[in-house]
Amino acid sequence: MRPLKLVPDHTNIAFLKYRVVAMALSGLLLVASIALCFVNGFNLGIDFVGGQMVRVSFQQPVELDTLRQQMQGFGIEDATIQTFGSDREVSIRTPLPDDTEAADAAATRLRNGIQQAYPTSQIGAVESVSGKVSAELFETGAIALALAMLAISLYIWFRFEWQFGVGALFALFHDVVLTLGFFALTQLEFDLNIVAAILTIIGYSLNDTIVVYDRIRENMRKHRRMETADLLDLSINETLSRTVVTSLSLGITLGILLLLGPDVIFGFTAAMLLGIVIGTFSSVYVSAAILLWLKLKPDSFLPKDVGPQGAERVRSKELP
Amino acid sequence: MLDFPRWKVWAVWLTIAVCALLAVPTFLPANVKAGLPAWVTAPRINLGLDLAGGSYILLEADTNDVAAQRLETMRDTVQTEMRRGSPRVAIGDISVRDGRLSFMVRDVSQVDAARERLLPLTSGVGVTGQRDWNIEVRDSTRFVMTPTQAGIEQAIEQAMGDATEVVRRRIDELGTREPTIIRSGTNRIVVQVPGLSDPQQLKALLGRTARLEFKLVDVNATDPQALAKGQAPIGSQVLPYPSAGAPIAVKRSTIISGDQIADARQEYDPQTGAPMVAIRFDAQGGRRFAQVTQQNVGKPFAIVVDDQVISAPNINEQILGGSATISGGFTVESANELAIALRSGKLPVALRVVEERTVSAELGQDSIESGVLAGIVAAVALMVFMVVTYMRFGIYTSLSLLVNAVLIMGIMALFNATLTLPGIAGFVLTIGAAVDANVLINERIREELRRPRAAIQAVEFGYKEASTAIFDANITNVISAAIMFAFGSGPIRGFAVVLAIGIVTSVFTGVTFTRLLAADYLKRNRPKTLNL
Repeated sequence: MRPLKLVPDHTNIAFLKYRVVAMALSGLLLVASIALCFVNGFNLGIDFVGGQMVRVSFQQPVELDTLRQQMQGFGIEDATIQTFGSDREVSIRTPLPDDTEAADAAATRLRNGIQQAYPTSQIGAVESVSGKVSAELFETGAIALALAMLAISLYIWFRFEWQFGVGALFALFHDVVLTLGFFALTQLEFDLNIVAAILTIIGYSLNDTIVVYDRIRENMRKHRRMETADLLDLSINETLSRTVVTSLSLGITLGILLLLGPDVIFGFTAAMLLGIVIGTFSSVYVSAAILLWLKLKPDSFLPKDVGPQGAERVRSKELP
Repeated sequence: MLDFPRWKVWAVWLTIAVCALLAVPTFLPANVKAGLPAWVTAPRINLGLDLAGGSYILLEADTNDVAAQRLETMRDTVQTEMRRGSPRVAIGDISVRDGRLSFMVRDVSQVDAARERLLPLTSGVGVTGQRDWNIEVRDSTRFVMTPTQAGIEQAIEQAMGDATEVVRRRIDELGTREPTIIRSGTNRIVVQVPGLSDPQQLKALLGRTARLEFKLVDVNATDPQALAKGQAPIGSQVLPYPSAGAPIAVKRSTIISGDQIADARQEYDPQTGAPMVAIRFDAQGGRRFAQVTQQNVGKPFAIVVDDQVISAPNINEQILGGSATISGGFTVESANELAIALRSGKLPVALRVVEERTVSAELGQDSIESGVLAGIVAAVALMVFMVVTYMRFGIYTSLSLLVNAVLIMGIMALFNATLTLPGIAGFVLTIGAAVDANVLINERIREELRRPRAAIQAVEFGYKEASTAIFDANITNVISAAIMFAFGSGPIRGFAVVLAIGIVTSVFTGVTFTRLLAADYLKRNRPKTLNL
């Protein structure tokens, strides 16, 4: 029995030949994502906007419109009603009055109203987050995201060369913006778990980028006279098999989690799955192609055009 | 590279065995666990409230409230202090405004004496020994007392410490099991109660300050219109009186406060059978109560809880024995709640629920079941894929994934870490990282085989060459896990913990453990080629 080889040996695809097309596509997606974020906005969960959320499971599927009207009957205004998982599971989101007692009263009204109208329904979870806390959660989430991106880029700059740091940072930016665009498009609920997902996408996408970069660095030492574009192509091809197998493995795992996993992590896994696709694409096209534009030369790892660590490098240049 | 000293082999297997043992207690059914000594069952993974069901409540204190109360208290203290002792210092125009306390000493010659009396009321704070109040004299007779920042901070610190204690006592009274109550930040308290799916009662209880006061009713203020407008004679105040339907005026000064209560119980009125709260004073409170009731026979007094009059009965005779009852339109629940609140002491500062997350046990159970099912299916699919792709080395990869899972659980149990839903996601993700490390190595071995190299050399080079990429890739994940842990909150942290543990174990299983298996195979069979 022969092992399965998804990528044949000695594959040689001229990836970078299509870099202009790929970059144009990337640019287009970036612009579209940013536009979507501004036009559509996000379906921010109560973690970030504050409010109250009650999850109810009904015995029978319910009509959302009916439910919406009933809500108004209970004196609950501005309720956002969504199903998740199946059409028997409904989440009802309402703004949270600032006053604690009023908030409690509203929650009790909602609960009693549902219990009366649907005696067999079950209230699975109640969450309420005040505006102050949600603002803090939003802040800490954004800070965590920004710091993670920065710290990782710094690490790469230290371990590789500045071009790589810039390339990785841009690839990260690309992946995050596209993921945000996806959430703006689908209006899937954006909550704290999604921030964790985005941080993971960052981690994964970097994993991918680093494997390619690592090979580029290795090949740069090996083939000093090779053209940069060819060298990048060679490196991508050499790591292609790994990229495909790993992405597919994670894709399989996440796909199963998406289908069978608990509803609570649906948005999370969807984001991750998407992140893998975007991340794989960006590590091939965005992060490698950028190196070309940043004028990475095959002898970059030997010196001269590197600003900050120049002194040390000049000496090694003098070596034969 | 492939030579493993014997001790290393033992160390690897020992690590795996220890982690496996640590992971076991988590999965034992409760009745088995009960029969085992505590040290056996101590290491276990706790299930987060989102999986086990329960309530998470974040309480916040208004720190301005603490500062304001402190000013009020200081005003009362200054008044008493100046009146006490001889010569009496006459003061006037005492007021609390803009966060300061100011008053005038009527006789200029007494200014120094007044200062002498004020000094003991303030004290040093912290290491710097800065005073908690600044005292100034303006226009030679006006004293202005300003609380210092350090003093306010200390007061908040103390109030929060006391509040946490009161919260703990109140929750214990409810008889819920294993609540966690911890302070968070400067002015917040986190309360987690596993298994509690309707926190209404808890919230009602924690929302109560439970400041109990006995005050005399101002019998001269009877004009209902003035009362409705909140106007009361000097020295009195108007308070709501829900069970009477109209507000009532009471004297400002408190006869007895809740601090002097020894016990409070919910009981039934022997005559009417209505629920009521019976309280017992401590020795000092009892004496004071006897004295006051003796002096005021025939007059009504008000029982005030959190600035609301509960009842205002007439004093028919001197009440001895140091106990009293509060009745006034209670239900059994509300009487019980008041009794608990009184018994556990008053909160030094009002607390507000700013975040609440409650998950019912059923939903939690559903989530964990589908989570575990999805995890198993995903793991099996992944292993099949690995074996099909890498044959023998795919089996090593699969084994390393299994061992990885065991290690993560063992380490989590060792630290008694809490597993949450995002944690499960983190778990799946680390499996992904472990897969990647294995794939990197296996692909490298394939490359080396194409060169061509002998089997042993190919494996050796494969591990060596792949290690830098694995190292760099994992460091970036460690960085993001650390940042998530440091800056993230709640679910993100749960995710970060599992991710961080998983990165360490995935490197161990991916690099060391599989190498051990491969080395063993190569040494035993000396294959010329590898089917990879």
